[in-house]
Amino acid sequence: MKIQLLALLMLLVLLASCRKEARVIEPVETGLQPPDPASALKGFYLLNEGNMGSNKCTLDYFDYATGKYNENIYGKANPTVVKELGDVGNDIHVYGGKLYAVINVSNKVEVLDVSTARRIAQINIPNCRYITFYGGKAYVSSYAGPVQLDPNAQIGYVAEIDTATLKVTRQVTVGYQPEEMAVVHNKLYVANSGGYRFPNYDRTVSVIELSSFMEIKKIDVAINLHRLKADSEGDLYVTSRGDYYNTPSNLYVIDTRTDRVKDTLQIPASNICITGDSAYVYSVEWNWNTQANTVSYAIVNTRTEQLVTRNFITDGTEKNIRIPYGIAVNPLTQDIYVTDAKDYVSPGTLYCFDKTGKKKWSVVTGDIPAHMAFVWK
Amino acid sequence: MMLPDKNIYGGLLPAALLLCVCSHAQSAADTVRVLQKVQVTTKLPQRDITPVQRMNAQTLEQLSSQSVADAIRYFSGVQLKDYGGIGGLKTVNIRSMGTNHTGVFYDGIQLGNAQNGQVDLGKFSLDNVEEVNLYNGQKAEIFQPAKDFGSAGSIYLQSARPVFKGDKKDNLRLTFKTGSFGLINPGITWQRKISSKVNGHISTEWTHANGRYRFRYKKHNSDGSIAYDTTAIRENGDVNAVRLEGGLDGKTEKTEWKWKTYSYISERGLPGYIANNVFKHGQRQWDSNLFTQGWYRRKVTKRYNLLLSGKLAYDYTRYLDTDTANMYTDNRYKQTELYLSAANEYTIAGSWKLALSADYQWNKLNANLVDFAYPVRHTGLLAAATSWRINGFAVQGSLLGTVVKDLVRVRDAAPVKTVYTPAVFLSWQPFGKTDVTLRSFYKKIFRMPTFNDLYYTFIGNSLLKPEYATQYDVGATWSRTAEGKLLKQASIQVDAYYNSVTDKIVAVPTSNPFRWMMMNLGKVEIRGLDVAAQADWRLSALASVNTRLTYTFQQAQDFTDATDAFYGNQIPYIPRHSFSAIATAGYKQWSLNYSFIYTGERYDQKANILKNYLQPWYTTDVSISRYADIAGGRWRVAIDVNNVFNQYYDVVLNYPMPGRNYKLVVQVNL
Repeated sequence: MKIQLLALLMLLVLLASCRKEARVIEPVETGLQPPDPASALKGFYLLNEGNMGSNKCTLDYFDYATGKYNENIYGKANPTVVKELGDVGNDIHVYGGKLYAVINVSNKVEVLDVSTARRIAQINIPNCRYITFYGGKAYVSSYAGPVQLDPNAQIGYVAEIDTATLKVTRQVTVGYQPEEMAVVHNKLYVANSGGYRFPNYDRTVSVIELSSFMEIKKIDVAINLHRLKADSEGDLYVTSRGDYYNTPSNLYVIDTRTDRVKDTLQIPASNICITGDSAYVYSVEWNWNTQANTVSYAIVNTRTEQLVTRNFITDGTEKNIRIPYGIAVNPLTQDIYVTDAKDYVSPGTLYCFDKTGKKKWSVVTGDIPAHMAFVWK
Repeated sequence: MMLPDKNIYGGLLPAALLLCVCSHAQSAADTVRVLQKVQVTTKLPQRDITPVQRMNAQTLEQLSSQSVADAIRYFSGVQLKDYGGIGGLKTVNIRSMGTNHTGVFYDGIQLGNAQNGQVDLGKFSLDNVEEVNLYNGQKAEIFQPAKDFGSAGSIYLQSARPVFKGDKKDNLRLTFKTGSFGLINPGITWQRKISSKVNGHISTEWTHANGRYRFRYKKHNSDGSIAYDTTAIRENGDVNAVRLEGGLDGKTEKTEWKWKTYSYISERGLPGYIANNVFKHGQRQWDSNLFTQGWYRRKVTKRYNLLLSGKLAYDYTRYLDTDTANMYTDNRYKQTELYLSAANEYTIAGSWKLALSADYQWNKLNANLVDFAYPVRHTGLLAAATSWRINGFAVQGSLLGTVVKDLVRVRDAAPVKTVYTPAVFLSWQPFGKTDVTLRSFYKKIFRMPTFNDLYYTFIGNSLLKPEYATQYDVGATWSRTAEGKLLKQASIQVDAYYNSVTDKIVAVPTSNPFRWMMMNLGKVEIRGLDVAAQADWRLSALASVNTRLTYTFQQAQDFTDATDAFYGNQIPYIPRHSFSAIATAGYKQWSLNYSFIYTGERYDQKANILKNYLQPWYTTDVSISRYADIAGGRWRVAIDVNNVFNQYYDVVLNYPMPGRNYKLVVQVNL
């Protein structure tokens, strides 16, 4: 019996020495459409946010030349980066041969080589949100501006990064919890949400003069602003999230010549993508009465500012999309890409629709597929 | 590739089987002889009708556990969610039904948390705990408050009961613990025999730790070379806590009563999760948990017994986040609870008994949040139960009726809910006086949506229904005693079960990842097997060995939505296999304890894919102690080495656990 007992103990000790090592996760490649080596677009990156605290922000890449989708490429391209890409990817853009990924909770902008996805630099910006570019500079919005007397009223700021040196050159404070930005006529427009200050949301767009890098005015729009996109005529499309209870989401148009709101479209808007003269707008709104989300997929003509359709998905696929979360439109083919974040904690789906709104394919992504950036040849 | 490691199971199952075989081969022992004597309320049935696992003072002392949570890991069918470190949140989940279906009772009365339904067992020190019992279904009694019928599984913590040797009127115990994490942990317990019928006790403890420990994250490339390997120090995990409790208990021929006041006041850092570029967090939390409670039991007539219980509790939590990269948060929550219960037991004839219990509970939550609902809840519980024993058969049935009414200041209160939930327990000792008990139970129970589920700004949904858990269990216990043999006593208990959790309250996304909505959407089915075995070996007059082994199998599948890719997958954080072993060897005045825990591979999210894969982890703890009688005191000095093989692991993703750590314990009983 002593021997049996001893054997048992030894077995336990043995167990204590056999655990497989953790490995860098390999990308998953899926063929989706016929190869198109002639396309002027090389491909697009898709940034998956990953749920907060999970550290599961991942990067996917679709290659037009091969028609293949590569899920989760960052780890393989950057195996030495501790804890991989990070926590909650919030924005991604390509500029001057570099890919910029804004990783919100990891407090950094990750600068990658656009063709290899290898890290070039990491720029630390606390609570960074969105990025936009103009004249060799990157502009990054951040919630984490200076704390004033009232700790509940932390102002946001925008950091200017020189894309040659990848260093922060200037900073300007804006409104509360600034989100998306756009540059029109040498002015930087910043949508301020005030999301931390519920129920006292911010309701302004900050206007920053780029030469002085000073906030020259605030445009009063609506509470809890989020998206801000410029069209070809110099108008800004700005979304309000509403307050989730009484004030619904809405879409506003600002004329940048007068810096005034010139139109309210009276449609809810969660996200916008403008290509040519079309603004693709989807919305998700919680309905307390039906205990369900109401989802719509609209197109607005940016010249007439009229609604063209309330459902740009025409083949019924929208029924399978639980939470549309990201949108992009191929500027050459007008193929529409819509992501489904599902329950936020499991792999999402990327859908590709042709310009008539018929599904071409779908593919499994990382968690909360959200932001896309095209790569030109 | 980090594929599921089948080899480990290959090694595990035989280990569990080996034990069964050797126990049978030696055929010994009445299992729970030591354990049975300890019931606090009413006399214990000869054999438990429900699956129960116990740990007595001796076992608890040998385990180098700091908190109740550490000890509970050695029960089968239990998964502990441990956020790491001395101050980290530790919640328990019985048979994969979720933390909110677990009732935790301290000295016979339930510890509540109307805000989120979770009890942090990391806050309960083992210093003054004499016994920990885990019941599946419910405690095997009918004469108990209605609330005791109200959980899918229950943990009963029993604080030390005074025993005075000879003419002794005072017992004094001084304890000092120190070691890794900057731990300084002195404690004093004083028990006083006030009269022949009344005892009093006071117990206090100070826990101070900086909470710092080394952790490591390491990954390999596909060719086996190291991709990254980083070691860092866990920061902001400090804790400073004072526990003070005291009470009186009395006993006469016909009555027994106990009154207790408990306070736990603490400040701690919340070390938070580790992510890329985020190795440190700054959140702080202050807690004050106060309660006073008592019960009184009287044998009114030969046939009629009465048990009255009551409790008043106040809990304060302050959460502060001043990290300028986060939203500034300074939240304060105040919870008040009043609880009253009357339980009656009537013997109709022979062993046929009837019990009726009525409880009332009042809960209130205040918080300094904008647009806060200030919910108040009235809960009425009525339980009718009956039990009957004949010729080795035992039957117990109960029906619990619950009425819940909420009041709120803003928006809508949840509609009044009335819920009836039954339970039936059977047991049979087929071989007369031999030591095999077969048993089975069915129980349907629910958990109420918590105040957070219903009323928390944005995410709360006052239309939520209760979440139900239905359990079916079949099990057997075999036990034997053989005084004078090598295997002095042994027992093994096996339970197979099927549980389903329906209308599971889950967070559902809305338009924004920071805005969720609670809904009754989830459905989980659990098929499981719990094995717990225990044996006492007597090697010589001076040497003895005690062994305990548990094995748990859980197939806990998500059947919420057939269109989900993860439909039928194992739910997060539930390993299919887990295993624990404790061996304590005593020789003269020396004692050596070995404890081992294995938790199999898990997934941290719903989809069982490589990206969500969490490695198995297993820790070995060793403790050596020596007893000595010096100057009228009984001394004990122990050195504990935990996680001997220095394995770095996460129980909860991105919350690293400590590697090898040490503790020195010096204790004297005067």
